[in-house]
Amino acid sequence: MARTALPGRLTWRVATLSSLHDETATARSLVFDVPGWPGHLAGQHVDVRLTAEDGYSAQRSYSLASATDGDRVELTVQKVPDGEVSPYLGDVLKPGDQVELRGPVGGWFVWRPTDTAPVLLVAGGSGIVPLMAMIRARRAASSRVPFRLIYSARTPDDVLYAAELRRLEGGLDVSYVFTRAGGQRRRIGVADVNTHGWPADFQPDCFVCGPTGFVETVADILVALGHEPRKVKTERFGPTGG
Amino acid sequence: MTYVDGNALAGPLREIFAVDLTAASGQCVACGQTGPVAALRVYTSAPGLVARCPGCDEVVLRLVRGPSGAWLDLRGCVSLQIPL
Repeated sequence: MARTALPGRLTWRVATLSSLHDETATARSLVFDVPGWPGHLAGQHVDVRLTAEDGYSAQRSYSLASATDGDRVELTVQKVPDGEVSPYLGDVLKPGDQVELRGPVGGWFVWRPTDTAPVLLVAGGSGIVPLMAMIRARRAASSRVPFRLIYSARTPDDVLYAAELRRLEGGLDVSYVFTRAGGQRRRIGVADVNTHGWPADFQPDCFVCGPTGFVETVADILVALGHEPRKVKTERFGPTGG
Repeated sequence: MTYVDGNALAGPLREIFAVDLTAASGQCVACGQTGPVAALRVYTSAPGLVARCPGCDEVVLRLVRGPSGAWLDLRGCVSLQIPL
């Protein structure tokens, strides 16, 4: 925490969109330039505030998708139909446009490059975003901590960062659970977590992010497999959506 | 009713406090369970934020932000242990 603790209260900063790219048909990554950005840890999030001309404002939390990199801040926004903020960020915002942003916030669901325990990441849908930040932070730090990622998505077309995850990376194992592929419906289960995760004896740090039901299912499985509850950190889709 | 978790309190609490409180460990008045603020269940559909204990569902913390100030109600929290 010490590295990212800001002096004084958290305040809003102006962020200027510098570039954007589509990740899937419904998700887009946005890269902002935020002068004076204090840096962040993988897993932290930001609050984004939009204000209309009539003064109405709406605010949402988004996970940071990138490792800390100067004044550059990357978010990935999953467009939520009928959402108030995400359609604007996902469809309307163009390079040069500005939004208000505050952060980084959150000091619990974070991975630090100084951590040495093996890491298990379990993502449901766009819950991959803060976990991708951890993978990128590991790479940026040339860390040799072994990572395993279990990524549950509806179909292969719904996988975020697909090209980046396909590239072989030493010490990072990636496995997928597709819940709607080939006309079948399935859910992540004990066998997926047991086969593709770490044995509890290794005392890995486990990070689980996704919709509430997914997170509770996976957290229960991990505890049943013998992982200590304090080593299982969860984030339910607060920091996405809407 | 749907809820998110205590990670969603990070921004609103950092507006008030100089350190992150979501990593702090708190004890529930009602059932005595101890755990991180980040693991509370947070309901956002009220006029403010209502955080409940994941063990017994009692209210631990409420936070309302008005135009000129904030109200923080910690009635369900015995104490907070804050990493510094």
